[in-house]
Amino acid sequence: MKFGVVRFPGSCDDVDALLAAQRVGEAVMLWHADRDLQGVDAVIVPGGFSYGDYLRAGAIARFAPMMESVTEFAGDGGLVLGICNGFQVLCEAGLLPGALLPNVSLRFVCRQVEVEVMSEYSPFTRACPLGEPLSIPVKHTTGRYYAPDHGLADTQVLLRYAPGQNPNGSDRDIAGVCNEAGNVFGLMPHPEHAVDPLTGSSDGLAIFESIRAHVADRVVA
Amino acid sequence: MRARVLVRPKAGILDPQGQAVERALPALGFSGVANVHIGRLIELDVDDPGQLPEMCKKLLSNPLVEDFEIVESL
Repeated sequence: MKFGVVRFPGSCDDVDALLAAQRVGEAVMLWHADRDLQGVDAVIVPGGFSYGDYLRAGAIARFAPMMESVTEFAGDGGLVLGICNGFQVLCEAGLLPGALLPNVSLRFVCRQVEVEVMSEYSPFTRACPLGEPLSIPVKHTTGRYYAPDHGLADTQVLLRYAPGQNPNGSDRDIAGVCNEAGNVFGLMPHPEHAVDPLTGSSDGLAIFESIRAHVADRVVA
Repeated sequence: MRARVLVRPKAGILDPQGQAVERALPALGFSGVANVHIGRLIELDVDDPGQLPEMCKKLLSNPLVEDFEIVESL
């Protein structure tokens, strides 16, 4: 199992994503200006401030050459995980429905939140313990998820903030959504920052473990 | 040609910036202010203004959550 982490100018959670992925498999860094996916089984678009987030968060990163390869990879059913800024990039690229808007508070929020897993069948959540919220940090200014009602099926909502924990005013407490096909997933919380009890929680590992298990099953099949 | 593009939050989408300003104005003694919305003004020189709508759809605005208005020939 090999993960690829896309590094843009301005990415800052790329190394944490790489290290988190390496806890469950092999992982390599992919440079935004390249096109070669190096045979990875899953792509992670990490958090940060790609291209300075000029204009709108994620608006310019979607035009990176590597994103063309990622779009093709996703079209072929490849697993793509977007975290925070990566979620914003995937929405701007049209790989995920909806958009991320400035937090209702207009402030940067940085805190541990509990998120509820809405599906046990997704390639991204299948290893999450049933019925137990995950404790994962958020840190963002532009995390208010919005999608028109008709643009998002309930089954595409994989993560919701636990009651009373919505940190940004997201529509329907949505913390993470997948595309219709289910192989592209974006979330605002940072599972890569929650992989070791030393930093308060290792609940984020379940997301990486889910991807590993899914790819392993696919190889056997 | 010099062109100006106005980008606004779509009607019905929560605009906390506009709300904050709307609340701040009465506090400064300005009354009778309502429906404040804050968007973005983009000015640019373009050889072919016919490209402006595509530019707006692809980059300058996010059509899902923003409306744009092109004002040409300043």
